[in-house]
Amino acid sequence: MTKPTLSRRGVLKTGAAAGVGLALPTYLSAASHSGFTNAPQGDTVTLGFNVPQSGPYADEGADELRAYQLAVEHLNGEGDGGMMNTFSSQVLEGNGIMGKKVEYVTGDTQTKSDAARASAKSMIEKDGAVMITGGSSSGVAIAVQGLCQEAGVIFMSGLTHSNDTTGKDKKANGFRHFFNGYMSGAALAPVLAAQYGEDRKAYHLTADYTWGWTQQESIAAATEALGWTTVENVLTPLAATDFSSYIAPVLNSGADVLVLNHYGGNMVNSLTNAVQFGLREKMVDGKQFEIVVPLFSRLMARGAGENVKGILGSTNWHWSLQDEASQAFVKSFGTKYGFPPSQAAHTCYVQTLLYADAVARAGSFNPCAVVEALEGFEFDGLGNGPTLYRAEDHQCFKDVLVVRGKENPTSEFDLLEVVEVTPRAQVEYAPDHPMFAGGNLGQCNPGA
Amino acid sequence: MLGLKKHDLSLLIIVAILTMAAPFLLNPFPTESGMAQFNAGYPDLMQKFVIFGIFAIGFNILFGLTGYLSFGHAAFLGVGSYACVWMFKLLGYNVLPGILLSIVVSGLFALLIGVITLRRSGIYFSILTLAFAQMSFALAYSVLSNPKFNLTNGETGLQVYADDPQWFHSDRLPDLPHLFGLSMRATHRMELGAWEFQFNVGYYMCAVIMLLCFYLAIRIFRSPFGLMLRAVKSNQQRMNYTGLNSRPYTLAAFVISGMYAGLAGGLLSAVDPLAGAERMQWTASGEVVLMTILGGAGTLIGPVLGAGLIKYFENIFSKINESVLHGWFGFLPDGLEDFVITLVYPFVGKGWHLTLGVIFMLVVIFLPGGLVEGGQRIGRLFRGKKPSGAAKSATTEPAE
Repeated sequence: MTKPTLSRRGVLKTGAAAGVGLALPTYLSAASHSGFTNAPQGDTVTLGFNVPQSGPYADEGADELRAYQLAVEHLNGEGDGGMMNTFSSQVLEGNGIMGKKVEYVTGDTQTKSDAARASAKSMIEKDGAVMITGGSSSGVAIAVQGLCQEAGVIFMSGLTHSNDTTGKDKKANGFRHFFNGYMSGAALAPVLAAQYGEDRKAYHLTADYTWGWTQQESIAAATEALGWTTVENVLTPLAATDFSSYIAPVLNSGADVLVLNHYGGNMVNSLTNAVQFGLREKMVDGKQFEIVVPLFSRLMARGAGENVKGILGSTNWHWSLQDEASQAFVKSFGTKYGFPPSQAAHTCYVQTLLYADAVARAGSFNPCAVVEALEGFEFDGLGNGPTLYRAEDHQCFKDVLVVRGKENPTSEFDLLEVVEVTPRAQVEYAPDHPMFAGGNLGQCNPGA
Repeated sequence: MLGLKKHDLSLLIIVAILTMAAPFLLNPFPTESGMAQFNAGYPDLMQKFVIFGIFAIGFNILFGLTGYLSFGHAAFLGVGSYACVWMFKLLGYNVLPGILLSIVVSGLFALLIGVITLRRSGIYFSILTLAFAQMSFALAYSVLSNPKFNLTNGETGLQVYADDPQWFHSDRLPDLPHLFGLSMRATHRMELGAWEFQFNVGYYMCAVIMLLCFYLAIRIFRSPFGLMLRAVKSNQQRMNYTGLNSRPYTLAAFVISGMYAGLAGGLLSAVDPLAGAERMQWTASGEVVLMTILGGAGTLIGPVLGAGLIKYFENIFSKINESVLHGWFGFLPDGLEDFVITLVYPFVGKGWHLTLGVIFMLVVIFLPGGLVEGGQRIGRLFRGKKPSGAAKSATTEPAE
């Protein structure tokens, strides 16, 4: 140990160092006020496509990436233009966005919040991306949305179905085109009541995390309003692969409907188990036992194979829709890749177009201008009929599809049939609905 | 100087120079060039390098010195992150309370787990720690995130909301983590010809803390305490037979290394205020084991190198997509171009795990001492010397 001694030189040195330390904040903050984060330089603009390329949702991620590449082609005036031709807003000219050629960077979210944020940050800090989009789970969407709000770029979410994304975790810089748990419940419940009767007893198996809870809450509320009773709600761990021990109690519970609030691999496994236990042939008090899967996707249906036949669920979009826009999209996607797009691909393609269109209409890449252009924007011709981007929570309102697993599929893609297109009015809710309360959009943040 | 021998001092100085000059060293390619893809000098990745460096240094104190292989170290990282974000939510965005609390909380947590798990050694110890970490993960992911008692916010991750108390927050301060008003996100961009270098406050704060941690680790390695830990590794049974109780030493090492992990977790939250449960998953625990072994377990600098290499792969290689490859190989004739891309594509982009796996295998098979051993071999090659006894004792023996 040396004794501290106070020398003139020491004092001067310390003083100088402290001075520099105190002056640094003013210097750094002064250096960083130039409009907004990552203002595009030169004749190109960079978008960041942040999708799961590994992990449980890698299939969805791969399809999202295909859709993004297609959207970039169309924006840059290559290919057949896809839904740009049917889009009600005809501002985009096929010369990129505002004359700047669209370039993109990709990253792997690994369906982990940390990895997704790291990937998005590298796009923002290193590659100069002015907009981030993608993702195939709500946890990731909410995490990246928060990051984009802090960093001052726009986030156009991909597949995210939890109420929270535009509920308690909504952000001014984030936008969601995909539908949500509440809409699934509101669309599905009347069809369930019509098909299976109004005095049903439902047993819920729910994935034990945020999305599962909001999904279960939504569907239970919607069905109970129509006369159903909820016998039991059992939470299952997300990592579970064998659901036998959860299915067995269903048999003796007296319930006559099983609702599987599962997604992805969880849903494939739980549905397979349920069918193996003979639930579909079971009769309870003279009523046929039924299984319901609130959130359906074609990729999941393919995983579950035979077992999805006749099962009801809801979906955001399906390639068999006959409107002009959907047909145009399926055609250009099919021409490029040889098979029809999934709902994840559709929502990602649409989000990219909507962003480009908003920039063109606003005449600026400034996030605040884009937010203003998207808020309250009414459009049509993107496959879901007339749609509104609500200003209060940045959620799209549009028709919701109720689908059923097809009995006689003609190909490996033709697995779902549309039972009903639930009109938009039926799935609308107030921005301060209890299931969505507690959030605060905040101010748009243009960043630096 | 600083109580270090000359050899260790020069190592510390080299590490200090490397970390301070990292923004230059990691951005060797001009921004507009095709090679800019390989630049790693942006704030987020540089922060990850030093933070995971701290994590690995701490892990090495336990694994490298005592030989106790903990497979649940990510639990401490996660606990530290949550503690730090809770400080943000309650007190405000100043990072100091958060970082301090994350060290304290993870230390206590390590003490609790250490007391239980250190009753066993070898594979049983590894499995026990793994079990505890997976329990923590499950607790954080679902049990402790129910609406009635929401401690971790589950899948979404703990974050700061506008209606949180933040008692010491004022309008003058940045709305993001800061150190007495100096925002962690503040970055100075310096353009030098075709190059651009980024100097980020968060990075330099983490880098300084890492240097302190590194210094502390050297002191521990060279202390009588460190010698005791090495004795545990070489033959714990014989130590016990001499009448010496080795448990307090292993427990101390476990707690210290848990605190290092907690500090790393706290810093992760400090530079990016969101704490997710995946930080506690077994894959995260496995990652730090990989980092340490890849760099060279039991060596001082090895874990930091390993951490850097893995994070580099995760962030740089995963972003090379097909269109980037087409850009690189565009000069080749069409058929050949497609052929080369088909060959390369599985190893980049989503295949970065594959490349990392191959490298890991090569290192473990040919360089059991990790990257550090590779460096030493190259060094010897240049000096043209045979490994002598003196050179050997200067470096620490790698873990087997």
